[in-house]
Amino acid sequence: MSHLSDIKLKIWRQSGPDEPGRFEHYLVPSISDEASFLEMLDVLNEQLISEEREPVVFDHDCREGICGTCSLMIDGQAHGPQKGTATCQLHMRQYRSGAEITVEPFRAAAFPLLKDLMVNRSAFDRIVESGGYITAETGGAPDANLILVPKPVADAAMDAAACIGCGACVAACPNGAANLFTGAKLTHLNMLPQGQPERYRRAEAMVETMDSYFGSCTNHGECEAACPKEISIDVIATLNQDYRKAKFANRKTMARA
Amino acid sequence: MTNAQIHDKLSSKSPDAAVPEMWETFKSDMKLVNPNNKRKFKIIVVGTGLAGASAAATLAELGYQVEAFTFHDSPRRAHSIAAQGGINGAKNYKGDGDSVHRLFYDTVKGGDFRARESNVHRLAENSVDIIDQMVAQGVPFAREYGGLLDNRSFGGAQVSRTFYARGQTGQQLLLGAYQQMERQVGLGNIKLWNRVELVDTVTIDGRCAGIVTRDLINGEVRSHSAHAVVLCTGGYGNVFFLSTNAMACNVTAAWRAHRNGAFFANPCYTQIHPTCIPQADETQSKLTLMSESLRNDGRVWVPKAVGDERAAADIPEDERDYYLERLYPSFGNLAPRDISSRAAKRAVDQGRGVGPLKNGVYLDFSDAIGRLGKDTVEERYGNLFQMYERIAGEDPYAVPMRIYPASHYTMGGLWVDYELMTTIPGLYAAGEANFSDHGANRLGASALMQGLSDGYFVLPYTIGNYLAPMLGKATPGVDHPEFKAAETAARQRFQGYLDIKGTRSPDHFHRELGHIIWDYCGMERTEQGLEKALSELPALYDEFKKDLRVTGNGESVNQTLEKAGRVDDFFQLGMLMCRDALERNESCGGHFRSEYQDDEGEAVRDDENFAHVAAWEWNGDPMSSIRNVEPLDFTATHLATRSYK
Repeated sequence: MSHLSDIKLKIWRQSGPDEPGRFEHYLVPSISDEASFLEMLDVLNEQLISEEREPVVFDHDCREGICGTCSLMIDGQAHGPQKGTATCQLHMRQYRSGAEITVEPFRAAAFPLLKDLMVNRSAFDRIVESGGYITAETGGAPDANLILVPKPVADAAMDAAACIGCGACVAACPNGAANLFTGAKLTHLNMLPQGQPERYRRAEAMVETMDSYFGSCTNHGECEAACPKEISIDVIATLNQDYRKAKFANRKTMARA
Repeated sequence: MTNAQIHDKLSSKSPDAAVPEMWETFKSDMKLVNPNNKRKFKIIVVGTGLAGASAAATLAELGYQVEAFTFHDSPRRAHSIAAQGGINGAKNYKGDGDSVHRLFYDTVKGGDFRARESNVHRLAENSVDIIDQMVAQGVPFAREYGGLLDNRSFGGAQVSRTFYARGQTGQQLLLGAYQQMERQVGLGNIKLWNRVELVDTVTIDGRCAGIVTRDLINGEVRSHSAHAVVLCTGGYGNVFFLSTNAMACNVTAAWRAHRNGAFFANPCYTQIHPTCIPQADETQSKLTLMSESLRNDGRVWVPKAVGDERAAADIPEDERDYYLERLYPSFGNLAPRDISSRAAKRAVDQGRGVGPLKNGVYLDFSDAIGRLGKDTVEERYGNLFQMYERIAGEDPYAVPMRIYPASHYTMGGLWVDYELMTTIPGLYAAGEANFSDHGANRLGASALMQGLSDGYFVLPYTIGNYLAPMLGKATPGVDHPEFKAAETAARQRFQGYLDIKGTRSPDHFHRELGHIIWDYCGMERTEQGLEKALSELPALYDEFKKDLRVTGNGESVNQTLEKAGRVDDFFQLGMLMCRDALERNESCGGHFRSEYQDDEGEAVRDDENFAHVAAWEWNGDPMSSIRNVEPLDFTATHLATRSYK
């Protein structure tokens, strides 16, 4: 274990959604290279409290890369420089003494800022509410092994289901689109046999809810590069395919009714 | 019994039947609420982890009006999401001799005969339905090539009954329950409150009438009334400061309910998990669990020699001590958590620890990689290996992992009866927040099972039994003076933290508190140590009340202020934990009192004097709480010394 010295931080401070924001400069004089990036911010916050100043507000919780609560644009990259890594798993061993680091909130029209580095990502919940589920009310499920799921299908569904809902894809996208998030959930559910009955209704509802909050996808691929769980952009292809089919399939259903 | 009285509120209300028939008997006899009347009842569910999300979803499906509360930005963030290894289900899909009875027996034995048989048997029965339910919802469990479900083994069991979704089982189960809940939000059957924290419960005329919350965005304190309230607010492992819990996990909801009359059971039953990444430096904010499932294929060892400085690869086979395989040949590396943790602590205390700080033991996969190939190991544990590499900065495919025990789960919690109701009528506790199913030690892959059993398959039945007689009766609204009084007290409490204007942060006090609890009420406890803790804690708590510094204000997001409230409650709980540990003059499960061990260092229970639940009653101060007991009867199992040799 060794220590890094003089980490220079430039952090976005904003006291409320409608208040003006600005960058402020801070110095962390010493930090262990075993510390995580968020532990470095903890040290800064303890320093600020000791100076009778208000600590920097940032979202975080599990600190093991699974809950999706942490965010942050670190030097312009969602979750910072390490590939496939959420901010909470980024460690100071990635940096050198004297490093200058810029820290900003996730910025997107659909993620309004609450304070400092904290944003509101509730629009993701609205997308799930609109169709990101399989209707299976408690009590009536058949024996689990009656539903056979081929291993490659289960594995591919799991790859998509690994999404942690952090919003890095939206923050990284020049359009502020949520197609990777929505595509991941759609792919997970639409691949499985259990997801087939609602497949096209789900695709239409989720995509249209997504469109009411987020920008449009123009295939930049920034989302895939920023995703801490390395969700493949293939899920967006699945989303587009199922949405297109849904617009026909659902129209026919409506015509019959 | 020592210093204890049997309290008339502590009737478990287990049905009058043989243990295996109790749940069917209850369901046959319980009162029902007509489907059209369910909408007349409002139920508050606090917490949206496995227990909370599954309870909220199911209650809403049944037709009740549900309001769900989470202090997170989204219900999906709850800490159930971090569970890695799996969920038990007595399906016997492997044909290896599993059954409901065996899962029941393993859980009672794993809990060192300190759990209530009736609740545990119901849990084992429900385990089967949970797997069906989660598969129907689309949880992508691991599969065999033929499409059937795969299983793995977990500690304390000799069968393979654990279902898993890579190393992210908790995430996938929580997302399943969250999606069911969000569906009900979309349908308008659940009103969801996010970034809102419970700060008090309210009891009127002897019944729970609702809760008081604080909005974490703008500090607004507000009352919510309901016919019944369910707390699914998790455990209190963060009392140790360093634990595998998420940063925000806290005891506040359970503790506030306790202060209002809900008895708190067995607070000293805490689980120290054997496989966590050791602490690396002094700024560490939390510890990370490495799933117990890794012990299916990893071998735990330390050098035989004290102070061996060689790298793992340079230590020849005959100079390694695979101590779990040596001490517990029949369970080997899959010995239960409490036993494995103590064995690791002893190895490190003997000076045989490994790593730069000599504070870990090896979990070695080289045999497994040789036997199965790297690809298979990666398929089973890939995300765990990646997580380890990110945090420890070492490649576990090349060098053995280093692990050490850390606070992980708390078996103690709010006392509940068979219907999961606390000693306050109308107030329920489910999941880790209650005490009921794991006794003095929880087996791996059982927490997910319990959360979902309580939420999907227990509360939806038992709450109706309570509500049915209340049909047509008026319940107090939020303008009742009791609500107003609770709101005022909450505002004053939070303003109070801001007004102290001392010199030290909540985190400072939390670390100090954690040191005391870890040193004296951690893996090994002694009478002398606990008495020392009980003299140091009130003094430190007084300092907290005089010298706390919270900067900022109470009208916008203030994470320091949130933390202050949680640390306040942890202090009080910490004192109760130590008192409970001091009064329990025996060793059982996670509660190991050094005075009570045999020649080989194994726990010695005292069934004559301590085969009971200790349920503490608030009396104005944690140092003077009253210890009541619920005796435990064992009719479907027989009390036996727990051996894994």
